[in-house]
Amino acid sequence: MYSQGLIGAETETEETAEFLDAFQSRIDAEEKIEPNDPMPHAYRKTLIRMIGQHAHSEIVGMLPEGNWITRAPSLRRKVALLAKVQDEGGHGLYLYSAAETLGVSREQMTEELLSGTAKYSSIFNYPTPTWADIGAIGWLVDGAAIMNQVPLCRCSYGPYARAMIRVCKEESFHQRQGYELMKSLTEGNEDQKAMAQDALNRWWWPSLMMFGPSDTASQHSDQSMKWKIKRFTNDELRQKFVDATVPQAALIGLTMPDPDLTWNQGKNNGDGGYDFGEIDWDEFWRVVKGHGMMNKDRIKARKKAWDEGKWVRDAALAYAAKQNSKAA
Amino acid sequence: MTTELMPLWEVFIRPRNGLNHKHVGSVHAADAKMAMQAARDVYTRREEGNSIWIIPASSIVASDPANASENFDPAADKIYRHPSFYDIPDEVGHM
Repeated sequence: MYSQGLIGAETETEETAEFLDAFQSRIDAEEKIEPNDPMPHAYRKTLIRMIGQHAHSEIVGMLPEGNWITRAPSLRRKVALLAKVQDEGGHGLYLYSAAETLGVSREQMTEELLSGTAKYSSIFNYPTPTWADIGAIGWLVDGAAIMNQVPLCRCSYGPYARAMIRVCKEESFHQRQGYELMKSLTEGNEDQKAMAQDALNRWWWPSLMMFGPSDTASQHSDQSMKWKIKRFTNDELRQKFVDATVPQAALIGLTMPDPDLTWNQGKNNGDGGYDFGEIDWDEFWRVVKGHGMMNKDRIKARKKAWDEGKWVRDAALAYAAKQNSKAA
Repeated sequence: MTTELMPLWEVFIRPRNGLNHKHVGSVHAADAKMAMQAARDVYTRREEGNSIWIIPASSIVASDPANASENFDPAADKIYRHPSFYDIPDEVGHM
């Protein structure tokens, strides 16, 4: 679900110009790069970091929604939410599996998440105090993620592209169930409408931040685009998301919390698009650097799950070793 | 982390009878039985298949990309292995 514009990437390289040129021409010819192929060190490192951040985001992303499974207001909503959270777990596993083809171990990635070295999408450091937040997450957070992920299906690294194809196929229901949930709240009583609007107010700006730093501030975007790891810049994707989402809010009678939001016919080569207000980048960096409302809780929950699962992992390995020695 | 690494298994799914098993990804599990259960949960949530193969990743022997040209290029100039290499009269029709 939830990739975020890449934060930090490697650009240092030790390869010869010939090697880098040959690699670039494979990329330019739209050849996919596969696990054992020669690749520049920086390409490998960038992908490990990017896929790892993405995988962690899926796993941590299970927490804010999982919070509401037991309190879903109907069986219909409960099965949808259960299936969605289970999908996020699955997406995390597809992605870890893709990252591992680059030579990083699952244990190492887990360790980096738990120690705070690895990032995950800043969006999950916001709390989910009301049921409407589940609607807002599906509609906006998954909506933003889809915008980001569809182009990743054409990423130059084969295993990542293939994982993204599976993820995107499964993702569409996530956004639709969220929008449907919001819609039914806006059709309810005044309190329910207010709850929907309040959730939109809280999630709109953090959703825009999911696309990562502005192009002017993201110094690593160029190389990632050149290597076709990314196909669009953070700002291009953010604009697409705004243009797609603003009419959806209007359709269900909700108001975007942005007084500067105006239609601009001159945007997108004359097709028109929305101008929107300035994103609070201080808030973005604060949350990325660990000072969001939920950063500590999220890592604590992951660490608890990891620590309390230790005896199970140990027992499973011990049992397997015993069975193997019996068979031998 | 000093713990023993959880073994890696590659997963292959056959979408339906009549098709090949196809590689879909991997899972970690202590033994084959748990790997099978994990593969089923991770890769077949939406009727993606009716059969699963799992193989310890360490058992796979792969060709070396560095040898790709000597392995695979020799086939490129053997066009006489393809039907379109041979001239037959149009009147023969489909052959």
